Amino acid sequence: MSEKLMFVQGNEACVQGALYAGVDFFAGYPITPSTEIAELLAAKLPEKGGKFIQMEDEIASMCAIIGASLTGHKVMTATSGPGFSLKQEAIGYACMAEIPCVIVDVQRGGPSTGNPTHVSQGDINQARWGTHGDHGIIALTASNHQDVFRITVDAFNLAETYRTPVVLLFDEVIGHMRERLVVPEPGALPIVDRLRTSVPKDVDYHPYLPREDGRLPMSDFGGHHRYNVTGLFHDMWGFPSNNPSVVQELLRHLVDKIDTNVDVITRYKEHYLDDAEYILVSYGSSARSAIHLAKNRRQKGERLGVLELQSIWPFPAELVRARCADAKAVVVVEMNMGQVLTQVKAAVDHPNRVFLANRIDGKLITPSDIKGLLRVIQGKGV
Amino acid sequence: MAIKDYLRERFFPHMWCPGCGHGTILNSLLRAIEDLGLSKSNIVMTSGIGCSARISGYVDFHSLHTLHGRALAFATGVKLSKPELTVIVPMGDGDALAIGGNHFIHAARRNIDITAIVMNNRIYGMTGGQFSPLSGPGKKATTAPYMTIDNEFDVVELAKAAGATFVARSTAYHCQEATGYLKQAILHKGFSVVEILSQCPTHYGRKNKEGDAAAMLEIQRDTTARIGSKALDENPGLIPRGIFVDIEKPEYCEEYGKIIERATKRKAS
Repeated sequence: MSEKLMFVQGNEACVQGALYAGVDFFAGYPITPSTEIAELLAAKLPEKGGKFIQMEDEIASMCAIIGASLTGHKVMTATSGPGFSLKQEAIGYACMAEIPCVIVDVQRGGPSTGNPTHVSQGDINQARWGTHGDHGIIALTASNHQDVFRITVDAFNLAETYRTPVVLLFDEVIGHMRERLVVPEPGALPIVDRLRTSVPKDVDYHPYLPREDGRLPMSDFGGHHRYNVTGLFHDMWGFPSNNPSVVQELLRHLVDKIDTNVDVITRYKEHYLDDAEYILVSYGSSARSAIHLAKNRRQKGERLGVLELQSIWPFPAELVRARCADAKAVVVVEMNMGQVLTQVKAAVDHPNRVFLANRIDGKLITPSDIKGLLRVIQGKGV
Repeated sequence: MAIKDYLRERFFPHMWCPGCGHGTILNSLLRAIEDLGLSKSNIVMTSGIGCSARISGYVDFHSLHTLHGRALAFATGVKLSKPELTVIVPMGDGDALAIGGNHFIHAARRNIDITAIVMNNRIYGMTGGQFSPLSGPGKKATTAPYMTIDNEFDVVELAKAAGATFVARSTAYHCQEATGYLKQAILHKGFSVVEILSQCPTHYGRKNKEGDAAAMLEIQRDTTARIGSKALDENPGLIPRGIFVDIEKPEYCEEYGKIIERATKRKAS
């Protein structure tokens, strides 16, 4: 098998990445602009003996993949804004019970039904805090199809490594745009498989007792070990507990297992950043316009660079602080009212030098939109 | 095996009130599983939230205690991903038919091989006695201080209409009969529903002046009758018990197996 060249939508690049990572169970519900992911997997999963099911609603889709993950499968669902809202309770369940799963949110305009066929990046904070209660979460994104493929593989790997739901925050432009994709040969990218317990049959297995390295080996439902999984606070047996020390220890674990690994989880790209006086911080499709502008302005001698974030949660605050330390100004380029802007301002040494270049009208932000704001910041007028 | 070998004693004492019918139903279920000689490691019990849902923790099977109303959706993922497992889903009336109503009708429509048990005590017990979609009109509950005006579902009629291929009803009083129906439901290939009337003396019984647990069990005896019985013929107002549907239809996971065959053939050619 060699690498495969394709010309595909971002949604298909995501599907190819998922298949490469070993997805073998998908449950979903039709919703624009993510539906192609379900359609493609309906065709491709049974070809490899995997399972696809169209559930009765978004909630059921999220619940079904959690059930399938417990029998030892790599699982995914895909949705957009309203569906992402509906899935939140079950995403919290996966956080609490520590069930690996991947949720794709191809973002569209919101709130509510909003602007279903147009682009937005308005779900950044929902990915972080959509479900109730404190918890850690991983959310990744990408701005081109090659990266969509790779970050999708990463999503499955991180879900298995940290036993957590991982959100892929794509957007309508990325989802529907067609672009070149090279699917690497099998083995070219590392794949993290399910870590299964080595505890033998008839010996007590503790589903929530960490190994020395902090990881929690799993045991497939249907195997030797019969244990309890619950959304209640629970002890190392998976038994419900409201013992204050059990509750506190588990909650800290759920937050710390993600947040203390921010450096390992962080994914980003630098474009023309080394000597940049002005830095654009962006992600997803809006990063394409930021990179385009930086490339053009560099040709005119302007020291403009882009820090492209590919992991949004846990937020790479230290990375952003360090890269932006010497900048005259930092412009966050995104298609919302400043959801990543808030994080950047909190991260940097000089929050008064951080500005927002955004569009919230369902249109992709353009290089000239960003350039207009940059001129104002630079005192050059519009 | 003794009944206690199916239980996780670490979980006890259980959290059900004195006189609750749910323990009797658990007993009926474990006897059914024992009679069938099923391996504990081949059973997944998935439940939602509520008094009934706590059953899954008490039994020594693979157990998945999930979200309110969503047990059947989780169970669908378990079953389709590993069809060789026996999947049993005990639910309360609110869990199954209010918040979980959509999953209930769609699991029935798919005819996926899951055994759903509706432990119907006509009340939300865990939250302190609010009326449920199975309370029916003219009842008292904490959220119906004057009386309920909501009509109730008939679980049997709903399950039939939605496409369940095995539908039965019994009561906590008729615990041996319930064991028989549960055995047939578990063996049945397809979506099976067993409604078992249960008593909640703490909330429903007290508010509606039905007396203590023993009195409520007598009500189950006196207000129900087997289908085909003389008692039911003479008193059509009684609640019928028995097996209402037992038919064969293509089962979802087996049908999906055929999809895999078709897809792998297409890929190979």
